Amino acid sequence: MIAPLERVFRDQWGRVLAALIGFLGDFDLAEEAAQEAFAIAAERWPRDGFPTNPGAWLVTTARNRAINRIRRDRTLAAKTRLLQAEATTEDAMNATTFPDERLELIFTCCHPALATEAQVALTLRTLGGLSTDEIARAFLVPEPTMAQRLVRAKRKIKAAGIPFRVPPPHLLPDRLVAVLAVVYLIFNQGYGGRGELAAEALLLGRALAELMPDEPEVHGVLAMMLLLDARREARFRGHDLVLLADQDRSLWDAAEIADGRAALDRALALHGRGPYVVQAAIASLHADEPRDWPQIARLYGELSRLTGSPVVELSRAVAIAESESPEAGLAIADRLPGLDDYHYLHATRGELLRRLGRTEEARDAYRRALALVHDDAERRLLQRKLAELDILRSSDGERS
Amino acid sequence: MKYMLLIHHGDTPTPRDPEAWATLSEDERKAIPAQYQAINQTPGVTPGLWLDAPETATTVRVQDGKTLVTDGPFVEIKESIGGYLVYEADDLDAAIELAARIPSARLGGAIEVRPIVG
Repeated sequence: MIAPLERVFRDQWGRVLAALIGFLGDFDLAEEAAQEAFAIAAERWPRDGFPTNPGAWLVTTARNRAINRIRRDRTLAAKTRLLQAEATTEDAMNATTFPDERLELIFTCCHPALATEAQVALTLRTLGGLSTDEIARAFLVPEPTMAQRLVRAKRKIKAAGIPFRVPPPHLLPDRLVAVLAVVYLIFNQGYGGRGELAAEALLLGRALAELMPDEPEVHGVLAMMLLLDARREARFRGHDLVLLADQDRSLWDAAEIADGRAALDRALALHGRGPYVVQAAIASLHADEPRDWPQIARLYGELSRLTGSPVVELSRAVAIAESESPEAGLAIADRLPGLDDYHYLHATRGELLRRLGRTEEARDAYRRALALVHDDAERRLLQRKLAELDILRSSDGERS
Repeated sequence: MKYMLLIHHGDTPTPRDPEAWATLSEDERKAIPAQYQAINQTPGVTPGLWLDAPETATTVRVQDGKTLVTDGPFVEIKESIGGYLVYEADDLDAAIELAARIPSARLGGAIEVRPIVG
């Protein structure tokens, strides 16, 4: 069990920091003040009891600390919005609520003028409250590299004048795409086994759905993540990958699937038909038994038109192989451009060729896939497939 | 905030190269000067000066007290700056929107947006 104090910190960090950045106009100052307030809370709350509104307490305390610091250092004050705001602070401090500026914060962190890897790191640091070290380990880079990345991103926000705001309507669609891409990237990194990142992405997705209830793609991305995450336990047996068709369905998280489908329903009710909504609908169909392959193939077709991605076409080829025939699937896979170095293309071809009884070609395809794969679990899966082909051949040999 | 918008022409056709310029439609050839004029008249914009072709550039370095002169721009011809302007704007988003209106941005060039210090 997480200690209550720790849980409050996890829940409040993003909101508290967002409010402080909004107020102080400075990421570093806000972060220092927030850290100080959390440290004071850790010392006082267990002794004096929890305040009724922990978030407001933390913001007020952090704000007071920041103001004191600024009073001590007037040159810094000149650089912040605080001078103009100072007159109103005494009132604001008594308030029990404070504005939720997490949306402003996430749009700032995911501004396209920052490199994607910086967007991801900054979002995890500021909204997720992950430490630099945790983010570094999750993305397999040395801690100083990650620290440098965060420092540079914060410096650019300040120096280049990246605004702290929710973009106006004419910019919003593009910017929302960037935000959702970051959330999904974090989820994907977690899906490969780093569970804490997937959980972090789900928290961000839930917060976004709460803050932007009318955006279908927000519900779409949340629905897709929930539906995929629900299968997490079944995806691995020990360290080995288990394909969807072979998964033990009793390991699926039924409540999470229900949550995902509810989010998908909301997206559809908002007339969402964007890429995330379509992917969520596909994930929902994959959770059915038996699977409705013709419908899955149709949705991949729709997604392919939306994204123009040959990777999506490859998924459509798999669905067509199920709904029509392996030949029809193979015909699609064989004419996909630009995927020669993509191990899934060769793994898929291997599987379809095997089903067609073209064992030698299947073996070649699996070997190509093996030469290209990086992930250990994926590699072992391919090696098992190859070994199965060998058994097939030797039993053929015995029969003939 | 003040930003310098550095205009890299890249492959943008210009009247200096009549052959390339002729590849644009007549409407486009008329629209481009009007669009530059509209940008120069945007509140907050201080128009810069147009630079002659990068082929006319001379690059100067000093090594061990000796002045070294070479023909051409410091960067590749395609990457060199053709013009600039200064824009006083609320934030980077406003500067990006102005940059996107500069014809070179859609005609094979690119605009670099740099905050001015101070």
